[in-house]
Amino acid sequence: MAYNLIGKDFTPMDVEAKVTGRAKYAEDFRADNMAFCKTLTSPIPHAKIKSIDTSEALKIPGVIGILTADDVPQFPPPALPILTKDEVYYVGDPILAVAADSEQTAAEAIEAIKIEFQQLPHVVDPLESLFPGGPNARTAGNVAAGQIKLQTVKWDAADFAAAGDTKMPMGHAAEEWSYGDVDGGFKNAKVTIEESFVTGTYSHNCMETRTTFAYWQGGKCFLHGSNQSHTAAIANIARYIDIPPENLVFIAEYCGGGFGSKIPGYPNMAIAALMSKKINRPVMHRITRTDEYGIGAARPGFQGYIKMGFRADGKLLAADMYLVQESGPHATAGDFRAAGNALTMMYQPDACKFRSVPVLTNTVPMGAHRGPGENQFAALVEPMFDKAAKQLNIDRIAIRRINAPDNSGKIGKERGPLTSAFQKEALDKAADMFKWSDRKKLSGQKTGNKVIGVGIGQGYHSAGTNGFDGLLRITSDGKLHVHTGIGNLGTYSHSATARVAADLLNCDWENVVIERGDTRKGLPFNSPQAGSLSASTQSRTMYAAAEDMKAKLMDIAAKTHGGQPADYVLGKEKVSHKSDASKSLTFKEAADKAIALGGKYSGKEVPDDLNAITKQSVGMIAGTGLIAAAKDNMPRVGVTPGLSVSMAQIELDTETGKFEIKDMICVADCGTVLHPLGLGHQISGGNVMGIGMVMERHIYDPKLGIPASVGFHQGKLPTYLDVPVEVGWAAVEKPDPQNPIGVKGVGEPVLGSGASAITSAIADALGGHLFNRTPVTPDMIINHLAGRPPAHKPLQVNTV
Amino acid sequence: MSDDKTKFDSGQSGPRASRRAVIKGVIASGVAVSAAGYLVYERYGAGGRTAGAVERLVTLNVNGKDRRVDVLPNETLVHTIRYKLGLTGTKLGCDHSECGACTVMVDDVSTYSCSTLTHSVRGRKITTIEGVEGPNGELHRVQKAMIKELGPQCGFCTSGQVVAAVALLKHNPTPTIDEARRGMSGNLCRCGAYDHYLKAVMTASREA
Repeated sequence: MAYNLIGKDFTPMDVEAKVTGRAKYAEDFRADNMAFCKTLTSPIPHAKIKSIDTSEALKIPGVIGILTADDVPQFPPPALPILTKDEVYYVGDPILAVAADSEQTAAEAIEAIKIEFQQLPHVVDPLESLFPGGPNARTAGNVAAGQIKLQTVKWDAADFAAAGDTKMPMGHAAEEWSYGDVDGGFKNAKVTIEESFVTGTYSHNCMETRTTFAYWQGGKCFLHGSNQSHTAAIANIARYIDIPPENLVFIAEYCGGGFGSKIPGYPNMAIAALMSKKINRPVMHRITRTDEYGIGAARPGFQGYIKMGFRADGKLLAADMYLVQESGPHATAGDFRAAGNALTMMYQPDACKFRSVPVLTNTVPMGAHRGPGENQFAALVEPMFDKAAKQLNIDRIAIRRINAPDNSGKIGKERGPLTSAFQKEALDKAADMFKWSDRKKLSGQKTGNKVIGVGIGQGYHSAGTNGFDGLLRITSDGKLHVHTGIGNLGTYSHSATARVAADLLNCDWENVVIERGDTRKGLPFNSPQAGSLSASTQSRTMYAAAEDMKAKLMDIAAKTHGGQPADYVLGKEKVSHKSDASKSLTFKEAADKAIALGGKYSGKEVPDDLNAITKQSVGMIAGTGLIAAAKDNMPRVGVTPGLSVSMAQIELDTETGKFEIKDMICVADCGTVLHPLGLGHQISGGNVMGIGMVMERHIYDPKLGIPASVGFHQGKLPTYLDVPVEVGWAAVEKPDPQNPIGVKGVGEPVLGSGASAITSAIADALGGHLFNRTPVTPDMIINHLAGRPPAHKPLQVNTV
Repeated sequence: MSDDKTKFDSGQSGPRASRRAVIKGVIASGVAVSAAGYLVYERYGAGGRTAGAVERLVTLNVNGKDRRVDVLPNETLVHTIRYKLGLTGTKLGCDHSECGACTVMVDDVSTYSCSTLTHSVRGRKITTIEGVEGPNGELHRVQKAMIKELGPQCGFCTSGQVVAAVALLKHNPTPTIDEARRGMSGNLCRCGAYDHYLKAVMTASREA
């Protein structure tokens, strides 16, 4: 169908607030009589807490209260706690919090607290923990993640000896699966690629630290926080504060970056709330950049092995992958599992075997980082396809194309279906845009000390789900209020998807009011703004609610002018009788009628299948207009993949080991395009973060367990000067048949394709040499070109 | 000036400490305490202390207006701006000269306010994001261009990016794209919105 708004650029309502500085983030709020809170964090990587003496701190004038682990809700270990109890697991681990009249006094009090630690062995290299007799990151074990219970896994010395110095050792796995005839596949392969690799971890480094400000009024907790999601976070935050969800007023109109680290609420948010309850004053818990490093998450790293067997035409017959995951001290990361799925999805191998061990380490808690698992995997494995193409003497796009998923593609060990996949089209479009057939001739061309490399990368992440609620309201002034419980991560999907409702209801964009950012506005239960979900899930909920709204408008028209609802059709902000245009009802009139009618029309009655949060929200706005509230019950069978292809041309300096990205493009398979400007923004930003994966560092001193990359500078985030002036982009624009608008997300895949286009280009510039490692540093390049061994051991982590 | 104080009644709020009492407390504990309650230079815990330090009343020229404010000897400009003058548009990203979220102009020069002592800018012309707009509230051409090109994503670095761009164009009204990216390179954006910001700078320069 032809749309008025969908697919067109617009200016989201919150942009002006951002460019004028009027946008209020959590730390920009304050209250009379506000107290300040600071946390005492662990100075050592692993220890038992033997005693805590707060007596001197409590004597300091202005100190109001202290929270320890005993004062806050507990969750069974190894879950991420609010404050750690009995044992500290990393440098920066929050142990207790102090509130004082001033922040300076709170900081003074922290310094006056005496803690006696009994130091325990620590570990920052997963393989070291798996070695017989190696240290455990927790007294109770060294392996855990999701369904894998906390346990101790040690490999045999023979496992390590068999691997030698350069190959990944592979002992007992905590999880493994396979499908198809893996051995047979390798037997039939013409070319087999076998590599060991390392992907470094790196911090999320959100620009806004996760400050929380909280106070209590009338038995409710008012919490200003930094969160990617809105209503999807409520249950978790309430659980951390130990209150029923309906007693949480959550205000989060803006979020200064999350990238996976602020998805469903996080334990640290509860400190200000619990402290405020304890001292009966509003509490500001400002998070410093150093604090943020400790609690702000990081992308897990892999030490891995992969073997891939290819047919003469490039078809991947069999794959075997083993991943050891550097997980941090808590069971917070499932990247390894996602990477296994990515292998089965991106390359559709006939047979596949996957083994993994998520190992706990005394480093910061790790978690989802924009394309968790899939993107580390892509950055390392994509260049291996170049190697295979070279050995098979086929084109680098051809080898990707033959393995790329289409609509008949399958995913996972269960070989489940996909809702749609147009990766072959994405490859073709990217090749066209990048003029691949000309461009590949530049590969390896030298001018003085500059050598050209051209790279191709692909990215995948599931990008759609269903089952959330839509909530719309037409008020007596004729305005359409779109209530959205999605967060504000900066993707503008809150507005882009609101346009779906406006379009379906034939409403001018100027007459739309977006209600978001504060639970008091009555926000429906929506998906997290994560997992590349919001564009897809929110277009579905908007569709469901718009259908409900249309039906109610027709009902009310029939009640007003007679006849059946089906006699009426939707016009411009009104409904009219099909054969008698004089019988019409404007939005304004419908709102007044709905208020008079009550019941389901004004939100006094709601469908049973709505989430409790939505029901509560409808209750808040009931009687204020014509209300449509509906759950997205539309079917969806299979995984909805977001896919992308990036291509890059770099110029590598053989004297400095540095490279400059001369050109970069990206094509996304994300279904119907809702908002071209916003989509282009996500695509280019994702590719920039992908460049970051190839540069960024997260380093721990292996002997002391002390972090050496706290802060932006040491983390080596990409700047204006590290990225191309522009990332060209396009979309395949094939609608997903299982979304009413055809939308799929793409926020995450674009990072993976960006990162892998760069690793592929570096390998290309070096004549096909694979470092099998991120980050790629200038000294690695210099050493390689000089014929020297790298400065690090093959499977070493925490390299600079 | 923005002032988003939430009215809070805990039912037990006592009289607030007088400024004299605060100063006496400061002298007694030998620690630099800001009347605003926020810790100056937060990176190293309580390390920002200055024995016996007290606030001194100074006059600052901020966004074209003289503002009288009590300032500690070790107080940074971002602290004064955000926590004493209530101008929260200027953001604190790293407190360590690494990110540029706190960028303001001092005499039209782009400056990291997290690493500038407030006492050092007395008598200078300070411009924050709130002072970039025209006197009648009309948006600066950089701000208009940032809206047109959809500059921000999460928005947290945006104030700094806007001020840096305004300062850049004051000194070089028609930069090449390479001059523009070098001029802006002191401002990080974790969302990777660089190309959109850059486009906005070029658009604004054309509309000068």
